Amino acid sequence: MFRSLSAFAALYAFWLLLSGYFTGFLLAAGAGSALVVLIFARRMAVLDREGHPAHLGLSATLGYWPWLLKEIVKSGWDVTKRILDPSLPISPTLARFKPSQKSDLGLVIHANSITLTPGTVAIEVAPGEFLVHALTREGADGLADSEMDRRVSALEKD
Amino acid sequence: MAFLLDLASWLLLCAGGFFCVAGGLGLLRMPDFYTRMHAASVVDTLGAGLILLGLILQAGFTLVAVKLLMIGLLIFFASPTAGHALARAALIRGLAPRLADPEDASSKR
Amino acid sequence: MFAAAGLALLVTLLLALVRAGLGPTVFDRLLAANTVGTCAMLLLAVIGFLGGRPEFLDLALVYGLLNVIGIIAVLKFFRHGDLGDPGDEANGGETR
Repeated sequence: MFRSLSAFAALYAFWLLLSGYFTGFLLAAGAGSALVVLIFARRMAVLDREGHPAHLGLSATLGYWPWLLKEIVKSGWDVTKRILDPSLPISPTLARFKPSQKSDLGLVIHANSITLTPGTVAIEVAPGEFLVHALTREGADGLADSEMDRRVSALEKD
Repeated sequence: MAFLLDLASWLLLCAGGFFCVAGGLGLLRMPDFYTRMHAASVVDTLGAGLILLGLILQAGFTLVAVKLLMIGLLIFFASPTAGHALARAALIRGLAPRLADPEDASSKR
Repeated sequence: MFAAAGLALLVTLLLALVRAGLGPTVFDRLLAANTVGTCAMLLLAVIGFLGGRPEFLDLALVYGLLNVIGIIAVLKFFRHGDLGDPGDEANGGETR
C-alpha cells in the first residue's frame, strides 16, 4: 500500500511538472492518468521491492547520495588530471572481486555506483562476482572491501 | 545577493564546460575503447552535473529548476546503465582491453 | 555566460564527432554517439536559457530518454556483430 501511494505521488508530481498548469480540469486529468498508470503497473507486478524501492528513499537521499556525489567529484577530478597530463599516466586494469551484497537491488546499486564514478566501469555483474575495468592500478586495488561496498550493504539492510 | 548567485552559477557553468571539453579530449586521446569509456563518463557526470547545477541557480525556485533536476536524475540513472551495456557487449564480442600489466590478463575470463 | 557553456558543449560535440568518425570499432562510435546525445541534451537546456525560453527543457528531457533507449536498441542489434547474424535467428531473435 505504501509503495502504491508513493508511486502515485511520484507519477502525479511528474505530470504536474510537465504540465505546469494548475486548472481544475488538468489537475483531475493528471490524477486520472496517474491512477491508470498505477493500475497498469500493479497488474504487471512491477511495483515490488526492486521495481520501486521506496523504502530506501530517505536513507538513500540523505546518507548515500551526498557521499556518492563527493566520490564522483573526487574521482572525476583525478581522471580529468590524467586526461590533460601530456604523458597520459594511465594503467588500465581488469579486476575481479566479490561484493558483499545479497539482494539483486543491492548488487545493482553497487554496480551502478561503480560505473557512475569516473575511472571505474562495471563490465560483468553477477551475484558474488563483479568484473570491473579501472583506469588506474590504484583504482582497481581499492575496489574490493571498499567504503562503497560497506555503504551499499548498510543501505541494503534498511 | 543576486550578484553572488550570478557569480556562483557562472563559475559552475564554466567548470562544467571545462570538464565537458576535458572529457571530449579524453575521448580522442585515450588508447582503447575501455579507457575512452572513463573519459566519456566524466562528461556524463561532472560536466552534465555542474552545468545543470549552474542553470538551476539561474532558474531559482521555479518549475524550471525541478525540470532541470529531473534531467539530472535521468542522466544519473540512465548513463551508467547504457555504459554497462556498452562495456558488456564489447567484452562479449571479444574486444580485448589493453592492460597495463600483461600478467594480470589471466584474471580476465 | 550561457554562451561560454554553449561553446564548450559545441567543442565537446565536435570532439565526439571526430571520435565517431575515427572509430575504429563500432563500440567506439556508439560511445561517441552516447556522448553526442548527452551534449545535445545539455545544449538544449543551455539554449533554452540563452533565448529566454525554458520550454526547451521538455525537449531535452525527451531527447535524453530517446538517447538511452536508442543506445540500448542499437546495442541489441550489434551484440552479435551484424544484423544478418544467424545466431539471432537460431534462438528465435532473443539476444540474451
